[in-house]
Amino acid sequence: MKFLVESLMRRPVTEKPPAADDAALVELGRCLDAVAHRRLGRSLAIREVDAGSCNGCELEIHALNNAYYDLERFGLRFVASPRHADVLMVTGPATRNMREALERTLAATPDPKWVVAVGDCAFDGGVFAGSYAICGGVDAVIAVDLHIKGCPPSPRALLEGLIALIEKSA
Amino acid sequence: MSLRAALHDAALEVFDLRPWPRIRVDEETWIRAVFGLHTGDVGLTALWGEPGTVHMGLIEEETGEVLVLSLDCPDGHFPSVGVTHAPALRLERTIREMVGLVPDGCPDDRPWLDHSRWGLRHPLGAAEPVPAEGAPYAFLGAEGPPMHQIPVGPVHAGIIEPGHFRFTANGETVVRLEERLGWVHKGIEGLMIGAEVERAARIAARVSGDATVAWSLAFARAVEAAADITVPKRAEWLRAVMAEMERVANHLGDFGAICNDAAFSQMLSRCGQLRERVLRTAEAAFGHRLMMDRVVPGGTAVDLADPRPIAEMVAAVRAGFAPLIQLYDNTVSLLDRTVTTGRLDPALARVWRPGGHVGRACGRRFDSRRLPGYPPYDALRFDVPVRETGDVDGRVWIRIDEIGESLKMIDQLLAGMPGGPHRVEAPTTGADGREGAALTEAFRGDAFLWLRLDGDGRIARAHLRDASVFQWPLLEAAIAYNIVADFPLLNKSFNCSYSGHDL
Repeated sequence: MKFLVESLMRRPVTEKPPAADDAALVELGRCLDAVAHRRLGRSLAIREVDAGSCNGCELEIHALNNAYYDLERFGLRFVASPRHADVLMVTGPATRNMREALERTLAATPDPKWVVAVGDCAFDGGVFAGSYAICGGVDAVIAVDLHIKGCPPSPRALLEGLIALIEKSA
Repeated sequence: MSLRAALHDAALEVFDLRPWPRIRVDEETWIRAVFGLHTGDVGLTALWGEPGTVHMGLIEEETGEVLVLSLDCPDGHFPSVGVTHAPALRLERTIREMVGLVPDGCPDDRPWLDHSRWGLRHPLGAAEPVPAEGAPYAFLGAEGPPMHQIPVGPVHAGIIEPGHFRFTANGETVVRLEERLGWVHKGIEGLMIGAEVERAARIAARVSGDATVAWSLAFARAVEAAADITVPKRAEWLRAVMAEMERVANHLGDFGAICNDAAFSQMLSRCGQLRERVLRTAEAAFGHRLMMDRVVPGGTAVDLADPRPIAEMVAAVRAGFAPLIQLYDNTVSLLDRTVTTGRLDPALARVWRPGGHVGRACGRRFDSRRLPGYPPYDALRFDVPVRETGDVDGRVWIRIDEIGESLKMIDQLLAGMPGGPHRVEAPTTGADGREGAALTEAFRGDAFLWLRLDGDGRIARAHLRDASVFQWPLLEAAIAYNIVADFPLLNKSFNCSYSGHDL
């Protein structure tokens, strides 16, 4: 009861959204067309796939759901199945052991779909580049539409990238 | 005489490992140690191989003394440890596939991390190319007419790491869970070979992102031991501030997530806010939300200019967390899900020696900050909370209590923070073959790291053992005869690292 009253009295802790990241907007311009905008509007369902990360990126992706960043207010939400997803958000260097699982997750995602690679490892393998156990960045296995760099990218950087994604798809 | 001392007396050769001895032993002494593990006179802290030699890290819990036994294997075989000491089984499977040494008598010869996808075998031994075609995996059986199997993963439904769980259930009741891991194997120990210390430190910081401070600390302490580097006192204290902030942030996240898995989402929301406060303070104080790459050999990468934001954070978390403890303790619908769920048998905990909340919720007092211990924890007052219930609720309470202890420690660290430099520039060059090892206490338990330096100061060889290694198999035991729907709750209460396990 006390919690309920407090919650009614308090202002939300959610913060103002950051502006879309310019570089991300340019990269996205290539991949989002009018058809996709018409079909999906401003709402995107995201399926997160860890293809080999150290779990640092997962921690910051989780943070997107906390009250400060509140991802869902932008029409972006995480879904449990690739069959419900418009976007695959992939972290980690793509390990060889995860290659087939990543390919099959993409195949299970209906069109139109986009792949967002999150983190330095997902870009080019990061500190794990050159290992016998990894394929490289995510685009060594599946085509990537947007890279959000950082080790790990902060929730703010993730938001900037994702807002760019919906602005282009709206 | 203790078994550890007796084993030490049987040394054929003593190697240059610091701070603990590593000795070469004959097969008879090796087998004597294996029996010692079975009787509980010593505990197993690590088991790993390199070409021609297998190493067994033993710990005597009463004293915290560590001893590493090394057995030469000229014919490529060694007597199995897992045949009588189950915690060694997956470690031996790993030695066999990574190095090519065969554990004679090991009852499980299935591959573990090697899914036949690398295009080579024995990557840490005499690597040779093989086709990367994948291979079927023989899961253990559980037979009977009403049984059905539920395969889960490697891609899970949440924002978590990949792994495969094979449940065999009778209706709602789990009869057997078998894990298949290795999906996020990145070849970390292979990358370490020949790496400059700076590069290896960055890799160690990414063994498990949630425990980046603890792993960086283990790496730094091992390098400093090997190269005989004394770090400034201020560095030790700053490292502890970071380590305890990391522990608080993770425990807050886990506490919220466990409650959320029982459909009590308010706790996740409130803990998420407190966790965010810790991470933002970390960024303000040390320049990185997770404090990645902030602990480096020789000290810390950054100094702490202004401790006040950390002190304010501690006060804010303490004030914000107290009502959440009350909320947890007074919400019967939540306790109904956590109390008695996923109970771990204390007898299993004694044999497997799980660290962190898994062990402490089951009566184990082991904490590597106490024993073997490392500075500055000898100068701090703190309790190591222990519970006996072994269930999800017990693991929740360990986290609650540890948050309180860590906040107390941060207060003490800030109050007594020594002045002076935060880092020494010390070369790691020297004689070939100097070795260092370290045990550090990550939020999920003790992390063990061993390394050898070459004459140029590079990493010649390294082995890393996350606390998860001895916790993952116990998850299989703890879920047995619980309902399938309680698995997320139980899994979260363990919160083992996939990346730290798979390396």
